[in-house]
Amino acid sequence: MLEAKHIAKAFGGERVLRDVSLRVDQGQVVAIIGRSGSGKSTLLRCLNHLETVDAGEIRIDGRPMVTTGPGGTPVYAPKAELRALCLKMGFVFQNYNLFPHMTVMRNLCQAQERVLRRPKAEAAERATALLAQVGLSDKAGQYPCQLSGGQQQRVAIARALALDPEILCFDEPTSALDPQLTQEVLGVIRDLAREKRTMIVVTHEMRFAREVADTVVFMQEGVIRAVGTPDEVMGDHRSEELSVFMGLLGDD
Amino acid sequence: MQYLNDPDLLMKLLSQLAGGMLTSLSIFFSTLLFSLPLGLVVALGRMSRRKWVSVPVSFFILIMRGTPLMLQLFTVYFFLPRLVGPIPRLQSTMIAFSLNYAAYFAEIYRGGIMSIDRGQYEAAQVLGFTRSQTFLQIVLPQTVKRVLLPVSNEVITLVKDTSLATAIAVGELFLVAKNATSASGSVEPLFIAGLFYLAMNTVVTFFFHWLTRRFEYYRG
Repeated sequence: MLEAKHIAKAFGGERVLRDVSLRVDQGQVVAIIGRSGSGKSTLLRCLNHLETVDAGEIRIDGRPMVTTGPGGTPVYAPKAELRALCLKMGFVFQNYNLFPHMTVMRNLCQAQERVLRRPKAEAAERATALLAQVGLSDKAGQYPCQLSGGQQQRVAIARALALDPEILCFDEPTSALDPQLTQEVLGVIRDLAREKRTMIVVTHEMRFAREVADTVVFMQEGVIRAVGTPDEVMGDHRSEELSVFMGLLGDD
Repeated sequence: MQYLNDPDLLMKLLSQLAGGMLTSLSIFFSTLLFSLPLGLVVALGRMSRRKWVSVPVSFFILIMRGTPLMLQLFTVYFFLPRLVGPIPRLQSTMIAFSLNYAAYFAEIYRGGIMSIDRGQYEAAQVLGFTRSQTFLQIVLPQTVKRVLLPVSNEVITLVKDTSLATAIAVGELFLVAKNATSASGSVEPLFIAGLFYLAMNTVVTFFFHWLTRRFEYYRG
């Protein structure tokens, strides 16, 4: 479904990603864990074209988003194709990034109407159903500033889902939340995992990653150090290096 | 106190000043009508990634903000007609004021646009909005709220700046008052004109208070 190969990315000479390859299959929940600065968010942002790669290839449903050109430099798909491919991906930000001047309902409908050209009634119906799904039916007419962080993040998840993405990406979705609000948001993501939705979750929540993900990717200094089932990466038989890191992250 | 002691004389002066104020208001409104939208075009030009657009636009802003408005008024009134034929005084004033205020509004808009969080652009991008949709539906509406206060400052200044048109003998409020002062030897007309400007700006101030409240439905 999604395949990234040999991704490299540097910011001003600092190599944030070095030769990272990742594969995500239909229905899979992939958790990417690692310390701050390990490159996990950058990887996710590259997959969504929020950052451009310095090298490597990304394919979504077999369609190339970026390939390696003749000189070894990356060549991105034409604008229209790039937009179409990015629409297959949904993205949930750490800071929600809701549109503050729009009601919750408008936040959910705007892209459906203006990007997907869905009729208004259909968009509203979809939005209403999604708000119910994230438990915020009563907030449709409110503005983001009237909601708690956890509620805002749930709206952001509903907004991403409204466009029916094939893969939903989360960039540290609970980092800005206190423990109680974190649980609200994780609950929603857990439900989505049960629906067998394809997801990539960059997270610090070890217990959550272990519980929800089928595959855990552990990154360190811009490379993937380990990939496997939660048990393989986080269980008792992991390597000593991983153990040390997990200990640092406060895994229990 | 020759005016304040003579009701007939005072009424005559007030009606003259009111006539002048109408001319001042026509300068005021036509300047806003042109400079508010033109400012947006200038702001976009200033932010353009194409050097051949942004460099000349920056130069335009430098000239407009860096030289006296009165000098710009003289330039439009005395030199522009050589290129395009005669332009009446009032229209010269409107052209000079519109260009000058567009430069100020442009910089206010630019500041407002740049203050919008990068996350808003990123959210719009992942939701598939095009660049122009992102600007018109997400960035611009939020910018309006943020520029309201600095724009109100400029608008208040504009009310008073209309008096500069006196320099090319446009019959606006200040010229009428000055002529009355010259004719009578009393400074009362100038002070009464001052009250007229104050009254106009009180209205402007209340208008912007009202507008600001209308944007209080969200924070950000």
